[in-house]
Amino acid sequence: MTTKTEEPVYVVDSLIAEDIDAYLDQHEHKTMLRFITCGSVDDGKSTLIGRLLYDSKMIFEDQLDALTSDSKKVGTQGQDIDFALLVDGLAAEREQGITIDVAYRFFNTEKRKFIVADCPGHEQYTRNMVTGASTADLAVILIDARKGVLVQTRRHSYLCHLLGVKNIVLAVNKMDLVDYKQEVFDKIVADYTAFAQSIGIESFTAMPISGFKGDNITKLSENTPWYTGPSLVEHLETVEVLSSVDAEKAFRMPVQWVNRPNLDFRGFSGLIATGGVKPGDKIRVLPSGKTSTVSKIVTFDGELDEAVAGQSVTVCFEDEIDCSRGSVISIADNPPQTADQFESTIVWMADEAMVPGRAYWLKLGTQMVSATVQEPKYEVNVNTMEHLAAKTLELNAIGVAEIATDKQVVFEPYGENRALGGFILIDKMTNATVAAGMLNFSLRRSQNVHWQALDIGRKQHAALKNQTPAVLWFTGLSGSGKSTIANLVEKKLHRMNRHTFLLDGDNVRHGLNKDLGFTEADRIENIRRVGEVSKLMADAGLIVITAFISPFQADREMVRSMLPEGEFFEVFIDTPLKVAEARDVKGLYKKARSGELKNFTGIDSPYEAPRSPELRIDTTVLSPEEAANLIVDTLLGDA
Amino acid sequence: MSSLQRESRPGNGAKSTKGCSMKTLTHLERLEAESIHIIREVVAEAEKPVMLYSVGKDSAVMLHLARKAFYPSPPPFPLLHVDTTWKFQAMYELRDKMAEMSGMDLLVYHNPEAQEKGINPFDHGSLHTDMWKTEGLKQALDKYGFDAAFGGARRDEEKSRAKERIFSFRTQSHGWDPKNQRPELWNLYNAKKAKGESIRVFPISNWTELDIWQYIHLNDIPIVPLYFADERPTVERDGMLVMVDDDRFPLKPGEKPVMRSVRFRTLGCYPLTGAVESTAKTLPEVIQETLLTTTSERQGRAIDKDAGGAGMEVKKQQGYF
Repeated sequence: MTTKTEEPVYVVDSLIAEDIDAYLDQHEHKTMLRFITCGSVDDGKSTLIGRLLYDSKMIFEDQLDALTSDSKKVGTQGQDIDFALLVDGLAAEREQGITIDVAYRFFNTEKRKFIVADCPGHEQYTRNMVTGASTADLAVILIDARKGVLVQTRRHSYLCHLLGVKNIVLAVNKMDLVDYKQEVFDKIVADYTAFAQSIGIESFTAMPISGFKGDNITKLSENTPWYTGPSLVEHLETVEVLSSVDAEKAFRMPVQWVNRPNLDFRGFSGLIATGGVKPGDKIRVLPSGKTSTVSKIVTFDGELDEAVAGQSVTVCFEDEIDCSRGSVISIADNPPQTADQFESTIVWMADEAMVPGRAYWLKLGTQMVSATVQEPKYEVNVNTMEHLAAKTLELNAIGVAEIATDKQVVFEPYGENRALGGFILIDKMTNATVAAGMLNFSLRRSQNVHWQALDIGRKQHAALKNQTPAVLWFTGLSGSGKSTIANLVEKKLHRMNRHTFLLDGDNVRHGLNKDLGFTEADRIENIRRVGEVSKLMADAGLIVITAFISPFQADREMVRSMLPEGEFFEVFIDTPLKVAEARDVKGLYKKARSGELKNFTGIDSPYEAPRSPELRIDTTVLSPEEAANLIVDTLLGDA
Repeated sequence: MSSLQRESRPGNGAKSTKGCSMKTLTHLERLEAESIHIIREVVAEAEKPVMLYSVGKDSAVMLHLARKAFYPSPPPFPLLHVDTTWKFQAMYELRDKMAEMSGMDLLVYHNPEAQEKGINPFDHGSLHTDMWKTEGLKQALDKYGFDAAFGGARRDEEKSRAKERIFSFRTQSHGWDPKNQRPELWNLYNAKKAKGESIRVFPISNWTELDIWQYIHLNDIPIVPLYFADERPTVERDGMLVMVDDDRFPLKPGEKPVMRSVRFRTLGCYPLTGAVESTAKTLPEVIQETLLTTTSERQGRAIDKDAGGAGMEVKKQQGYF
């Protein structure tokens, strides 16, 4: 076998030199295709991308010089050019010879511009592959001809299918190492066909290639006369792009920003997700459901007669209707749905596992809502597609779970509309993007359970009691003095003719919450229920006092968000762990230290101190009596 | 003819289904829409954004996109130029003109320490970039309390940039951690952050050099005349043609500026920016020359070669844009 690559001569498109205006005109009218390459280093993925860049003249001479010398130093191809070195960008990757992150590459042919998401193939990088697939029109799934369909082939195919990539290319690579035998190729295609059908992939295009030698990359190779399909580049140049498919659907545009330079102009700016819009079209704004007519479509380059999916525009209406960031503008007679409970498929992307019941930010289009995820119905084994029972989702795990949001969300199933069905989850404490998800459908119970409007509301309840309802939420370590101080506060308020109710942690666990233990998930559910009860009591006009350790900031914030602004009053009973442990009124710290008691806050479970409580009580300075006075004064002074 | 050319196949090209006029967007139209979407997301979600404006061609395109994003309003954030006092005169002229034309506030920041110590590219080598640019940028962002800064970097420029997110999260000390980047899916960007943390946003991440030139050409965007060939006074230093832009240039004994027909592929501090000999006086000629040239764009810059192959990655971790 020869080890010499084709002549590494730098050639350019002759049109550039001969007629630059014609070349620019051609470039101006190119369309764009985004694709993802899936496969591991062993499959020759980086080599294939390096080859595409090289063959389409995207490698400059200085890069080629550096590449040639790098290839000799650290390359794995002997004296040959190691194309993989071109694309493995980060230092850690060059050292370890692996691709860690998604890298984006660009190249042009005469018909198209291409953006390639170059993704790592190992299982521990599932999240990176999902990221790359999320914007892809097409996926190239690489198979090593010597190895055939492997576990990773199935994983990559499943992930691409999950993310809705419709065009799949099965690139059987390293054909040079199996002497370009048709039987090898046919066998792999047959194996893959059976698998693809089993997971619902309707069609794919298979081709025999060699990224290293260049066979069937830009032109059909003489080495595979039995192959009559297109070359890889030819296929990439002609396949239909997603934005053209989206343009044929019903009009939807999530509103990003309201453009209001002066009183005479009010426009709604956004990127059109699907469909098209023209002046005169009847539209409906979701979730309000209000309708109007498009008066004009404004851009810097002049008003448009029509705008389509993929364009960023500013739309004006004939009527002044309520519309703001997070609203979705749609065609009037075919609007998307709204709901607040969904079944969704979730890809977990953070080191810290998902916490069922915890509130996360959910961003979908331009909507940002608070959402809780239930315990997964099942987790998918990405290698075998089996459904496994799961209590949570760990890094790179994919599962199906129900999600509830605190507000109505305008959505469409992901399979119909990526822009209105794909979402990310953001941790409220660390602000990290912890998961990506796809809404499958809304749950019936949220469609059919409607809020019953009652004649006597919270206003009337409060007015009769002649007070402003509030929830005094005490938080602090076990033994910090929460119950003692809460009790004093209630006594004082009671004496002042205020209608109060004290919810105590231990007492609630004897009744309402006696089914709950002390795991993180149970603690969150405990707080959620107490939050709901507090809300009902506040609706009834009461001043509610709660005394719970409530160690997690996210959960306290969840309760805060249930109540009207200003009614949640967080009181941080700040007692250092040492002091609380020394007091050890109930002997619990001793048990926790001896290991008899698990998940004890401050010992083997964290306490997250409030970042900005309404009031902080330092019990090393204030007596319980003084603390209670301060709390009552602050509450009533505020009220 | 190129090896990539093949016969065109049926079904390829513009679609005309169902008799409606839905058109397939060109790649530049899609890139433009994507960038505008990104810029608007930042304005909707960040508290105090700013656009870093370096007066180069990438900045020119980024500014133009910002104007398009908010039209008829002016972009609702200021421009920030972290100046080194060593830019070309022609850059300062265009900078002030563009700020006026766009109706945006222009903030110019000089690192006071660099100014006091008279840090310059002739005497201080890489310290010049570190103090004026890297430190100056951090100081300026801290001074004004900006929590999001737009930058005109592109992924095709350099290997570590190819892996950087569009919303690139920075710690309180402006550091970048390439191993701990937030996943970025679909077009959903996470702009949430704690106090003191910030994000750098790269709206033209997916543009290539050719896209930039073509867009400038199609949209008639004003750029610094230095990109076009003209007779300019130059001297040769370490194999690089350097323009003598003002009388601070310390000529060596016997050294005399020579008039040469040159232009610049990138613009930075004039003593650090190499010119190329050229006769390209129009944009198509410049583009033609760019495409026919056999060296990559950043090659004229010293910064990428620092610290071995990982030069830019290290700089970015330290807080360089």
